[in-house]
Amino acid sequence: MRYFKLIRLYFRIGVLNELEYRANFFVQIFQTVLGLLTALGGLAVIFEHTGDLGGWRSDELLALVGVYFLVGGLIGFVIQPSMQRLMMDVRTGTLDFMLTKPEDAQFIASIRQVEMWKLVDIALGVGLLVVALARLGRVMDVAQVLGFGVALLAGAAIVYSFWLMLATLVFWFVRVDNILVIFQTMYEAGRWPVTIYPGWMQVMLTFLVPVAFAVTVPSQAVVGRLTLQTLLGALGVAALMLFVSRRFWRIGIRHYSGASA
Amino acid sequence: MIGLWARYYRAQIKLSLAVQFQYRVAMAIWMLDIVLSPMIYLVVWTTVAQSSGGTVNGFTPSDFAAYYTVLMIVQHITQIWHMWEYEYLIREGGMAQRLLRPLHPINEDISQNISYKILMLMVLIPAVLLFVLLFRPAFHTPLWSALAFIPAVLLGAALAFVIGWTLAMAAFWTTRIVAINSLYFTAMLFFAGYLAPLDLLPRFMQMIAGVLPFRWMMSFPVELALGRVAPEAVLGGFAAQALWIVFGVLVLRRVWKAAVRRFSSVGG
Repeated sequence: MRYFKLIRLYFRIGVLNELEYRANFFVQIFQTVLGLLTALGGLAVIFEHTGDLGGWRSDELLALVGVYFLVGGLIGFVIQPSMQRLMMDVRTGTLDFMLTKPEDAQFIASIRQVEMWKLVDIALGVGLLVVALARLGRVMDVAQVLGFGVALLAGAAIVYSFWLMLATLVFWFVRVDNILVIFQTMYEAGRWPVTIYPGWMQVMLTFLVPVAFAVTVPSQAVVGRLTLQTLLGALGVAALMLFVSRRFWRIGIRHYSGASA
Repeated sequence: MIGLWARYYRAQIKLSLAVQFQYRVAMAIWMLDIVLSPMIYLVVWTTVAQSSGGTVNGFTPSDFAAYYTVLMIVQHITQIWHMWEYEYLIREGGMAQRLLRPLHPINEDISQNISYKILMLMVLIPAVLLFVLLFRPAFHTPLWSALAFIPAVLLGAALAFVIGWTLAMAAFWTTRIVAINSLYFTAMLFFAGYLAPLDLLPRFMQMIAGVLPFRWMMSFPVELALGRVAPEAVLGGFAAQALWIVFGVLVLRRVWKAAVRRFSSVGG
């Protein structure tokens, strides 16, 4: 309960901060529209020449694009800004202020910074999902909705743990901004179902950078291709990643010696 | 006079080579950036080809492999990033110092651009080898066409630089550079032949591509390297590249004049 209160508090601060820069909202809308154009234009060009891509029909891929925006929006909304702030704070020494707070440091570090306008991407993602489902004429029953929810949560947990581990590297290397580029670039690959990639790339996109769990698996749930094994696998990986990243964070924070703020 | 310029450029390139060489880890990461995007589209189009009986509009998977291998090279040679840099330069006050120097700042940018591209060859060459090994591209290019590729890609790089640098000047007027840059790169994705070879685009998109400069930056050299340009169309292509460059330089000069007049320093 206390954690929910804290989340609400930090989000409120984020929103209040951001409301000072309202023009950013329009910049974000513009960016989102461009992203949408890119995604839909790409699909349109490709489906001029084929009826399915690796077994996915165009409306099924539309659902995947929806999940892509939804998860990408979630990452951009809280995960990425918080982790970037963490890295900056370690570099400049201001992390000390955060560590003196009487709450769990990992928790605070993970929710501290929100980029409110990214909610536009989340909304667009949901909208695309609805449109895709309508076009597919698909009605999801309770179990399927639940499966999708669980897959999405597992994916989010995996992506979060991955980011946390990358960000934790900052305690040793100080400058890791470039490592973030890895994730951003690899996430692009999630625009398409990972099953179309050659085997070695699928392994990379599943375990090295968890794009498969973040986008493809929840999308499979939406279009009704998700097997119970995959879902359980995703849950297992999520639990493992959360555990490992937590341990890693602990080691990292013990390594941190402050940089005199 | 020419000796002076040569000395200036040699010194500048040497300097920025030394500076950039410090960031070796970053270079390894940029390799991912160079490789991944073409690889994704290559995989997508290969999948399409396989599910529609082996070819798409005459492109086989190994044609796509050839296309995206060359595209990766051309993209590297024509790459430009000054539109990201100028916002920073102006915001942090570095621009004032640059304006004080006796030579036009564009000279520094050109030499930086060249040295970065030389340095990144160390990354690009393994990337090309990787593509060749993994995807087995097939070339059926006549010699003349392969030779014409060289001036075409250099002109393409010049064109991309002129346009990109002009765009970078927007930073003198607004701080919301991100939106402008996104628009530019989205247009590039569709109309430079990135998303798909231009032949595979729907008719109306091909028509739009015909009146925009992007095709002449990337797609035209790539088509030459693949031997997909008819001999009688080659001269017209070069002419289009030259015209766009001349037009771009004219615009660049006007915009630069206006930008400098507008500039008032921040910090220092």
